[in-house]
Amino acid sequence: MIRNEDNPIVGLVSRIVSPFIMLFALYIIFHGHYSPGGGFQGGTMLAASLLLIRLAMGSEIAQLQFKRSWGTPLGSIGVLIYFATGFTAMLMGGTFLNYEFLSLSEIASHTRSIGVLLVEIGVGLAVMGILVAIYDDLLEGDPDV
Amino acid sequence: MELKIILSVIIVSFGAFFLLIGSIGLIRLPDFYSRAHATGKSDTLGIMLVITGLIIFEGFTINSAKLVIMIIFVALTNPTATNALTRAAFRFRLRPWFKKDQKINVREREK
Repeated sequence: MIRNEDNPIVGLVSRIVSPFIMLFALYIIFHGHYSPGGGFQGGTMLAASLLLIRLAMGSEIAQLQFKRSWGTPLGSIGVLIYFATGFTAMLMGGTFLNYEFLSLSEIASHTRSIGVLLVEIGVGLAVMGILVAIYDDLLEGDPDV
Repeated sequence: MELKIILSVIIVSFGAFFLLIGSIGLIRLPDFYSRAHATGKSDTLGIMLVITGLIIFEGFTINSAKLVIMIIFVALTNPTATNALTRAAFRFRLRPWFKKDQKINVREREK
């Protein structure tokens, strides 16, 4: 594998562009009710911004940003948020993922919106963590990286 | 109103022209480096001209602000991707095409 760490142009532009990709991913997650997008797409773009730094600067430097051991726990936390929202609605008397029964706000539509947002955040965290974990697992034990 | 539409159509046509030139260069030029040269420059300019025409067509709204951000990121990332590709090819010892050395290259390939 060709090392790209000593190419200053790619490293600089990746470091400039990566925070904006993260910002756009958060916009996609939080604006998913009104426009195309949602948890899966936003989580994929979050993972893309992390993998851009990994590809451009090398895996060793990228450990400062997102450690190798964080991927699987973050994915598990995302799945936990998703199922916790669903089962809380079940415990409050509704069916699985019936956001009306969460009783987060007085207005029913407001409650439903917050419930969907919680689920989307969980899905986004899960997708981001698992994609970064897949990349790190594929490269594990490669002495050249 | 009319002037705005005419100006935006002219600029978008220029952008389409540069995109066409880049595509012709991608097909017709002899080796990897000159193809990267064609696509890296004229495609960037073509996309930037197309988006500039759309900004003029849109006027002073939030959508044209998003298009300005698009121009900035295209101008940042497209030459960088070309640079990374050509640098990787150069470090992989891909030989450029020369007119004088063409026979030597053919002989080396036959070995």
